[in-house]
Amino acid sequence: MSLYPNLPPTDASALQRKDFQTNQDVRWCPGCGDYSILAQIQRTMPELGIPKENYVFISGIGCSSRFPYYMDTFGMHTIHGRAPAIATGVKTLRPDLQVWVVTGDGDAMSIGGNHFIHTLRRNVDLKILMFNNRIYGLTKGQYSPTSEQGKKTKSTPMGSVDYPFNPISLALAAEATFVARSVDVDAKHLQEMITRMARHKGTAFLEIYQNCNIFNDGAFDYLTDRKTKVEHELKLEHGKPVRFGPGGAKGIALNNRLEPIVVDVAEHGEDRLLVHDETNQSLAFLLSRLVHPDFPTPLGVFHMRERPSYDQLVQAQVDEAKKRSPVGSVQALLDAGETWTVR
Amino acid sequence: MISKKTEALDAVAIRFAGDSGDGMQITGDQFTGTTALVGNDLATFPDFPAEIRAPAGSLFGVSGFQINFSSREVYTPGDRPDVLVAMNPAALRTNLPDLKPGGILILNTEQFNEKNLERAGYQTDPQADGSLSSFRVYPVDITGMTLKAISDIGLNQRAAVRSKNFFALGLVYWMFNRPIEHTLEWIQKKFAPELAAANERALKAGYHYGETAEIFTHNYTVEQAPITPGRYRRISGNEALGLGLLAAAELSGLELFLGSYPITPASDVLHFLSQQKHLGVKTFQAEDEIAAVAAALGAAYAGGLGVTTTSGPGMALKAEAINLALMLELPLIICDIQRAGPSTGLPTKTEQADLLQVMFGRNGESPLVVLAAKSPGDCFWTAIEAVRIAVRQMVPVIILTDGYLANGAEPWPIPQMSEIPRIPVQFRTDPEGFKPYLRDEMLSRPWAVPGTPGLEHRIGGLEKQHETGNISYDPQNHEFMVKLRAEKVRKVADLLPPTVVDGDAEGDMLVIGWGCSDGAIKSAVAGMRARGHRIGHVQLRHLNPFPNDLGDILGRFRKVLVPELNMGQLAMLLRARYVIDVHSFTKVQGKPFQEIEIRDAIGAQLEAN
Ligand code: SF4
Repeated sequence: MSLYPNLPPTDASALQRKDFQTNQDVRWCPGCGDYSILAQIQRTMPELGIPKENYVFISGIGCSSRFPYYMDTFGMHTIHGRAPAIATGVKTLRPDLQVWVVTGDGDAMSIGGNHFIHTLRRNVDLKILMFNNRIYGLTKGQYSPTSEQGKKTKSTPMGSVDYPFNPISLALAAEATFVARSVDVDAKHLQEMITRMARHKGTAFLEIYQNCNIFNDGAFDYLTDRKTKVEHELKLEHGKPVRFGPGGAKGIALNNRLEPIVVDVAEHGEDRLLVHDETNQSLAFLLSRLVHPDFPTPLGVFHMRERPSYDQLVQAQVDEAKKRSPVGSVQALLDAGETWTVR
Repeated sequence: MISKKTEALDAVAIRFAGDSGDGMQITGDQFTGTTALVGNDLATFPDFPAEIRAPAGSLFGVSGFQINFSSREVYTPGDRPDVLVAMNPAALRTNLPDLKPGGILILNTEQFNEKNLERAGYQTDPQADGSLSSFRVYPVDITGMTLKAISDIGLNQRAAVRSKNFFALGLVYWMFNRPIEHTLEWIQKKFAPELAAANERALKAGYHYGETAEIFTHNYTVEQAPITPGRYRRISGNEALGLGLLAAAELSGLELFLGSYPITPASDVLHFLSQQKHLGVKTFQAEDEIAAVAAALGAAYAGGLGVTTTSGPGMALKAEAINLALMLELPLIICDIQRAGPSTGLPTKTEQADLLQVMFGRNGESPLVVLAAKSPGDCFWTAIEAVRIAVRQMVPVIILTDGYLANGAEPWPIPQMSEIPRIPVQFRTDPEGFKPYLRDEMLSRPWAVPGTPGLEHRIGGLEKQHETGNISYDPQNHEFMVKLRAEKVRKVADLLPPTVVDGDAEGDMLVIGWGCSDGAIKSAVAGMRARGHRIGHVQLRHLNPFPNDLGDILGRFRKVLVPELNMGQLAMLLRARYVIDVHSFTKVQGKPFQEIEIRDAIGAQLEAN
């Protein structure tokens, strides 16, 4: 199309962290986990070899959704829950762009739940970062769809009665082709996950445990505190036995009802342990059911598989249709079918 | 063979009515195609139930198709049919009240059995109890004769019975002296060999029955209409809308992206555009109405021609995303094919009651450009104008059509793309001095699409600072921006040509309508002017902003009458804007206006003081 700016792409190899920083005041509360996530994104983007002008960051509503204002890329701060749908339009029209969606547990799991699952189902080539702080921050502290049952908040003075979503299980059930989890303060792991998302063709979903130090402080302390972390953190590694705990002393095995159980490796032997296979969707689902406090919390890539993305498939149909009918013009369509001439 | 005489008529309205499974829409469609080829002017009104297959013989399952054709110009599908083909008692019962006294009534006698009569609520058989005595009744065993005609083809009874609409069509073709070749060709293309053979046989049997049966003493002819020379095709409103969007994409060089969710009566636009992938169209059947408009907005942001199509309930769901488009100042086309509400309402019936919704149904000060198409073919031109305005002013534009325009068909002079002015679009590419909300003389902002080096910027739904687009909570800036967005929409009026006033340019009364009432108003005004009244007619395409000259035009008439298929929504807007006393004439029956209704309303208002 002659209309589109047919300018040569800028040099991606020279990009630095500061190229992705804006001059806007960051308005998150001091100490908020969002700062670390922003920093890791800004550190990772220059490494990906993508020209800066091709990045688009699209967010919904919530604390996390302020994110695009702080990224010096194309960005759109949209409306509550709709970011995946808007991003789908961007990516479907322009498969050349690298489109990221920034959302939160309220934005993605509650008001935008429908768009979330359908985006995953379609496998639109979007990178979805979901900051999960298990609370509504921007509206000042109501429980969210990922809050644990019994959570006391302003809107649930006697404790919430609804059961939470497990975002990883939900994403897997929605046929996501890349599902991973990380945590705000683990800079290295977060960077690794972001890089892997960027490289994945299709919807990549990353749940990031994020501390809201104002309304839900310490929700993930068990996983980030130096003292308790080693007991609770389970780093998933493709092709490796699923082990955790000090020195990898414990592992996950199956009982005879095919349910996951924690076993002592020395006692049962490594052979009894599950071996992580990212391409195995059923195994990924099983691992997603490991929930604190009964189990360690898995971090890393639960599942990844290849499948043509929605935007690719749509483009392929357009290309195919053009090939089949090379002389496409609106005039031909206007003239098609039954016509008659009045003299 | 008995030789029968042929009587020439000026205009005829025929209504085919039967069960929703009886193929009445196909029958009407075929009759329309043939009639267009014969050279009559015509207008149609398909009227079908919401149920896909209502129980056979039920009153609520009756499907109808009316066509008005003439040797003169035709603006409406005709107030009351001259001919009613009733395939069963339910069809008779629901449609008989409309038939003109002395009109022709063709009944499928086979269906007038006890069970069907009872289902239709008849105590006695109307064929025998004298209740039809003021009509010319032709009882015909349509089903029986169809079965006989195709008995050797070997279809099972159920399949065979379904050919009966072609018998009825053949008979009506004979009655109005139409060739059957057009339909024969269509049958061959459309059906598998066995069914094609059966339908062909039924069609011919119907035709020959008319020729030979003694109950028909003569048939009729309607001469060609003096139509403006040129090449024509038949067009429905939904087709025209789809074609108009495609044309706008070609004229602007933009890629067309449609985000839509299935909804009656808008789905046909989605179907149509989904078939045009060879023109580079991308269609997205979304998970819901919100995702549909959201994706279209995303496409607009990315530099495409973003369009969403829906009906009233979908509009309600899209409100928030449309408001975001307004705030982002991106071009977005929103098509509301209105249907009768509120809520689910009468999904297959027409109404014009979404005007105030599209004007005001969003939070905050949210003025949008609103255009209305006035005929099926006009949907094409409305779509092109909507895109022209949207990309010029960087604003969302709403197109209002309705179920009647969407499904109704008319002969349409085929436009030449080369004669339509191009739609200029310029993406911003120069980073020098770039600000996302810098204004041109029309207050429009630059369209800076992702992928353009040096133009990285952020936009969003939060109030933004003038020119820079940065978030701003400054109270003065907010008021300034609210007024600026309003003025930007108002300025669209400066782009408009003078408003066309049909009939008298000043005088006793101005009849001002919008949308599908055009034909009925036009005919009614012509009729009243012929009686010596001085009446003008404006069919408003631009509902927001109003044309700059509308106030003057209103002032040139002693009275103003506003007929609408709602409770007086345009009338309310006109009163508020011009502080004048307009007379509202309303109808909310899920049906379009009849000419006579408007004529009577004009007469009554002229007499009143
Ligand atoms: S309310 Fe919580 S999530 Fe929001 S910015 Fe403050 S700390 Fe972060």
